[in-house]
Amino acid sequence: MSGHSNWPEWIYIGVVVALMVWVGAEAWEAERLIEHVPADAETIIVTGQQWFWTFEHEDGTKEIGELHVEVGKAYKFEIVSKDVNHSFNIHDYVVLMDAIPGRVNTVWFAPTEVGQHDIQCREYCGLIHYNMRGTLYVEAPSS
Amino acid sequence: MVLELQKPRPIWQIMFSTHHTDVGLLYLITSLAFLFLGGSLALAIRAELFLPGAQIIGDAMTFNRIFTVHGTTLIFLFILPFASAVGNYFVPIMVRYKDMAYPKLNAIAFWMIPPAGALIWLGFADFTWYATPPYSIISAPGPAADMWIFGLKILGISSVLGAINFIVTILKCKHPDMSIGQVPLLAWSFLSSSLIILVAIPTFAAALLMLLTDRLGVSGFFNPAMGGDPIAYAHLFWFTFHPEVYVLVIPAIGMMYEIIPRFSRKPIYSYNSGVFAFVLLSIVGFSSWAHHMYATGMSFTEKTVFMVGTLAAVPASAMHVFNFIATMWNGRIKFSTPMMWAVGGIALFFSAGAGGVANAAMPLDFTTHDTYWVVGHFHLFVMGTIAFGSIGFLYYMFPYVTGRMYNEKMGKIHFILSFIGTVLVFFTQHVLGLYGMPRRIFDYPPIPEWITMNQIATVGAMIIGVSMVIFLANMIYSSGKGKLANTEDPFGVGGKYYYPFEAKNPSH
Repeated sequence: MSGHSNWPEWIYIGVVVALMVWVGAEAWEAERLIEHVPADAETIIVTGQQWFWTFEHEDGTKEIGELHVEVGKAYKFEIVSKDVNHSFNIHDYVVLMDAIPGRVNTVWFAPTEVGQHDIQCREYCGLIHYNMRGTLYVEAPSS
Repeated sequence: MVLELQKPRPIWQIMFSTHHTDVGLLYLITSLAFLFLGGSLALAIRAELFLPGAQIIGDAMTFNRIFTVHGTTLIFLFILPFASAVGNYFVPIMVRYKDMAYPKLNAIAFWMIPPAGALIWLGFADFTWYATPPYSIISAPGPAADMWIFGLKILGISSVLGAINFIVTILKCKHPDMSIGQVPLLAWSFLSSSLIILVAIPTFAAALLMLLTDRLGVSGFFNPAMGGDPIAYAHLFWFTFHPEVYVLVIPAIGMMYEIIPRFSRKPIYSYNSGVFAFVLLSIVGFSSWAHHMYATGMSFTEKTVFMVGTLAAVPASAMHVFNFIATMWNGRIKFSTPMMWAVGGIALFFSAGAGGVANAAMPLDFTTHDTYWVVGHFHLFVMGTIAFGSIGFLYYMFPYVTGRMYNEKMGKIHFILSFIGTVLVFFTQHVLGLYGMPRRIFDYPPIPEWITMNQIATVGAMIIGVSMVIFLANMIYSSGKGKLANTEDPFGVGGKYYYPFEAKNPSH
């Protein structure tokens, strides 16, 4: 070393390492909880293709560009793609998962309030990627 | 001698030269030309996004081509060649050797760049700099896509040749009296980044070939319709290009290690910690590539591993920041233009790193991934850190290259406008990402927050544009008519400089 004491640098590195450990541990704990899909979640098959989204509910009803769900239920999305990579995104509910041809990716959410939210594609998929959008309608429970 | 403009030579003498300062000059001019070309595409993108609806770019395809070529140009044709320019000028002098180890190879590595640049610009591909399959295989229009693939292939070979040359020059050609522990930090930065290139590039070189044969229909490595897996490409790509981020940033940090102590009139706080952080970064840089892929459906365990690998790179980067601040502490700092750029670059490096920690944390990544947050985040590195360090260093080496001084006042105005612009564009883009705007979109719905943020970003980009015009005028005017520099101590800070000026070109 260059003749001077380096203790401030060691303390600083220690603080940085401690911060990173804290961030990592918090992230690990949060992600572990988020990834746990409730057993009673309804499955919705989400199909991405250039350049729109199709949704298929458990009872077989299909929707294009619109998705109707009910408050208080949990939903599990099974996301597939028919052509190129897309990314299924409901930003307001932090739902994000790539639609990749040849794979089924899953992500779940449980809407908490009645309302409308944007659905969009967040992975570049070509010409009309910018307008591969849809709307999520969260409705009051039917029964 | 490198005082090119004081003793004019016919241009072919420079073009056919293999002397390191001549090749350095060629690298320098090429990289700056591509900086302005790529930068004007950025202004076109920002102008288009000023308001929802089509503005100045007629259609989505043109827009997609523009952002693809913008990214490819500034990464591969500005940042990398600029670093090579600095390395060519300074590395042989810092290790006290007469030239690069393989001068002809050096010239060949440079001359691969213009044809590669021509392929990329004449093709004008649209599949983003990431060339993601299966889009790039089944959907992207040729021959643009194929020209891009060949362009990148050539650039990869050029990088590898350059890297071999730097490694051999530093390790084998350094003066016998000089131990590796005496090699200046700027040369160390080239040693580290060259080693990363040698390990990282072959993976992408293979992926590019596979992409090409997939496009030709003779293979299906990444094409699900033929049993391939697009995620395999993502792994191969990021295995090269996450470490490549360090290839880009490490030389810029090295340049700051030359500027900061010089203008603080103090030796570097800790040479050893600088070397240690370089070596550490080049190793842990390889443990984080899949943090770009959390949303591709990776398992919880995979995500955890790559999050830890990513966070592990933070202390090494933080050591550099500490070293810079500790060097400036109690120094008699002279805020000449290069110093302003270096200090601004460090501030933005810190901000970029802090944003990176948020990206790395798994749950937060699902908010930010593929939004404008990410655009803002990596631009704080490539523009805020790397371009700031590089431009600062360009001002620093300007008197050595031209024998004249740039206009100090214009240099400072350039810095102030660029800094304000960079903050306006890229900090705003972070916020825009939190509002959910995806990246790579030609048009957006008229959501009030999105419009406001986009307008702030566009104004910032135009401020950078103005500053770059000032920069160009300053460089052109001062290299011909600037006041003669005192080449012993052009900045009046005393001490011993590393001069390319001392390099003797036998053919001159």
